[in-house]
Amino acid sequence: MATLTLPVEQQKPPVEQEALITGAEAIAVACKLANVDVVTAYPIRPYDTVMQYMSQLVADGELDCEFIVAESENSQFEIVKQASTCGARTFCGSSGIGWMYAMEVLTVAPALRVPLVALVGNRALDDPGAFGVEHNDALAVRDLGWLLTWVDSGQEALDTALIAYRVAEDRRIFVPLAISCDGAFLTHSQSLVKVPSAEQVKKFLPKYNRGDLLLHPDNVISVAPQANEDWVMEIRRQNYGVTEKAVDVIREVYADFERIFGRKYGNPFFEEFMTEDAEVVLFGMGTLSIPVKVAIRKLREQGKKIGFVRLRWFRPFAGKEIAKALERFSAIGVIDRDLSLGSPDLSGVVATELRSAMYSNASTRPPVIGFIGGLGGREVTIPDVEKMAEIVFQAAAGKTQPLTQWIGLRG
Amino acid sequence: MGQLFAVEIIYRGVFQKTLAKNITRGIVLAAHYEGKPGISFGRYGDSPERNGIPAKSFAIVASDDLTLQLGMAHYEPTQVDVTVVLDDTLCKGMESWAWGGLHGVNQAVKPDGTLIVTSLEGPEALLQMIHRREKPYKLGIVKAIASFSGMWIYKDDHTDVRILGAIAKALPELMSIESVEKYINTKLKSSLKATSARTAYERFGAIEIEPGRGNAEVPFRFELPKWEEMPEGVSIKGQPQGAPYADPVTGNVGGFRPARNDKFKKGTTRTTRPVVNFETCTKCTLCWLNCPDGSFDVAPDGTYDPDLETCCGCGICEAVCPVENCITMVNEAEFHDNNSQWLSFKKDKAGYLQWLKTNIHPIEQRSYGFRYRGQYAEQAPAALEIAKKG
Repeated sequence: MATLTLPVEQQKPPVEQEALITGAEAIAVACKLANVDVVTAYPIRPYDTVMQYMSQLVADGELDCEFIVAESENSQFEIVKQASTCGARTFCGSSGIGWMYAMEVLTVAPALRVPLVALVGNRALDDPGAFGVEHNDALAVRDLGWLLTWVDSGQEALDTALIAYRVAEDRRIFVPLAISCDGAFLTHSQSLVKVPSAEQVKKFLPKYNRGDLLLHPDNVISVAPQANEDWVMEIRRQNYGVTEKAVDVIREVYADFERIFGRKYGNPFFEEFMTEDAEVVLFGMGTLSIPVKVAIRKLREQGKKIGFVRLRWFRPFAGKEIAKALERFSAIGVIDRDLSLGSPDLSGVVATELRSAMYSNASTRPPVIGFIGGLGGREVTIPDVEKMAEIVFQAAAGKTQPLTQWIGLRG
Repeated sequence: MGQLFAVEIIYRGVFQKTLAKNITRGIVLAAHYEGKPGISFGRYGDSPERNGIPAKSFAIVASDDLTLQLGMAHYEPTQVDVTVVLDDTLCKGMESWAWGGLHGVNQAVKPDGTLIVTSLEGPEALLQMIHRREKPYKLGIVKAIASFSGMWIYKDDHTDVRILGAIAKALPELMSIESVEKYINTKLKSSLKATSARTAYERFGAIEIEPGRGNAEVPFRFELPKWEEMPEGVSIKGQPQGAPYADPVTGNVGGFRPARNDKFKKGTTRTTRPVVNFETCTKCTLCWLNCPDGSFDVAPDGTYDPDLETCCGCGICEAVCPVENCITMVNEAEFHDNNSQWLSFKKDKAGYLQWLKTNIHPIEQRSYGFRYRGQYAEQAPAALEIAKKG
């Protein structure tokens, strides 16, 4: 029998390709590489560009999956929820009020332990009807057991989508995970993204194995019964256990990602920028990182010791690590592209969470100033960042500042 | 701390929900005439909107507000002065709708407390059903056909006020019969009902039940699992497939008995049970197909045998059975075990058929509650006779 010998080119390690794609398209590319089984779509800006791209992949024969256009977001998420219990790797997503319309399903999915991966193209919640980015849509599920991550580039979107499947489908986790991409700034702007090869992805991402929880005639289980007070607390404790483990699992997966793809993200939970000798830092999520970084470079040229910490994972909120990293600064300014109306100090969600993490984990009490900015897709400008930096330096110098301040507001 | 009183009403879901509420409200309002504060509530963990399911209502009354708060600090009282059982078939015990095991109806009664049952039976018959316990208690009977209504209708047959009269006799410290009468005259505006309460008060008596007297069956219980022992994903393991089984007489293996959950039994939801005449059964499959709980075993000879631990007594099998008197729903109080009818038929065919002839088919009153329009009107004269006799 003749021995089959591959041509020399095919024996070489697979090489990454480069593509000029939007953040939403980068997620679609990751879904193709992850070879998803069931995709559900319903149109709403800005997330839906991902579905245009997915349908193109299906039409071109590049991806073999069930592509279902549901009649609402509620059905869209219901379908993937059910498919996931049957062992299918799924993808869906939404934005703003669309995401909220799916809320009934978003609420039950964590307890059912379905590793959905969803894209939230962050969008302001109506009213008024607006397309621009705000983070309150994805944050609405923050207490429900979803894992939530924010990315700030096309590359990070693609990589995080692969990481997302690996984390969510880890048997220790099995909860839904949403990747947030800022509407317009990331969903609609194209950048050069390195696309890994299918072979690399295969090494990194094993098949979704639902194991003992598979809904199948050969594994007879009944899912989601009615229960009284004798049972609910134990079920909640199980989901609590997932969030306990999530930090370790995410760390493991990033280490593996780095080993296989060679791209380094450092600390998975947050990115530090010019923090080594910084006196004060700004803190925030998503694409506002870009004007913030530009402004910080400018401020550095003026000799001002300021850095930036960008939060990647909001859930789990790695409170201990974040507090340890931030306790060395003399003041912190948190930029929230969201609101937590009526919260302590009337701050945004991230500032409130960070204060809580610092209170229980940090050995110092640097002032944490909350900034509300960039709502409804308004640009966070370089002068805005300079102004915030000034306020944070004032706080560091011991001058009391209002705990929450609006930035970029007319009037 | 002042005095604290608790009364528990054990009733059947839907059929007696309004009745139970009326009684606990009556207790609180009557006691309030004596300056005592109180609360009335249904056990929230129950599911009283399901037909026949055993459920509880409570009245808690105290001598003062602070003592009342002490009583309110518990989700439900575990020790009560009086337990009222509104349907004597409940004396076999109650299973909560959510897998709590079997609880004896006298379980919460304090050692000097009273268990009141509405029944046509005497204490001996009831004690065949009521489980034994280590501490003594008192048992009193209010003679009555169990008062069953529906979700949207209420059968005003004076059961509510007769029970109030009996409680006033059993526990006068809680409320006097005068307060009960005042409540009825003022709130219910019926001197006739006040008379019913007074009559029940005068006739009511309770006997002492010594420790160890009653049904020897040990109520079925199980430990609730710890959180890390429970399957994840709000899922429950399915039952393994069932299997054929042997005919005790011929030894032939056949039929099919499905595997059933050993924790969720549901039998105490039943007020009537299906009795099968295996001789006239045509093996048409309709009972087996239509049973909502999969309670029928297919016997090795092809007839259908109801599993009485899971049967909730809905009567659908009787309704769909095409053969006259082949499946007959019979008052649950007539029975004292859940044994297989098919097995007793197989072991003693002649004896079983004779039992059907003498004990089952003469029974005309097969059910209570509203099964058809006009049924209450038909029942009223008999009920009145019973009430007169007391």
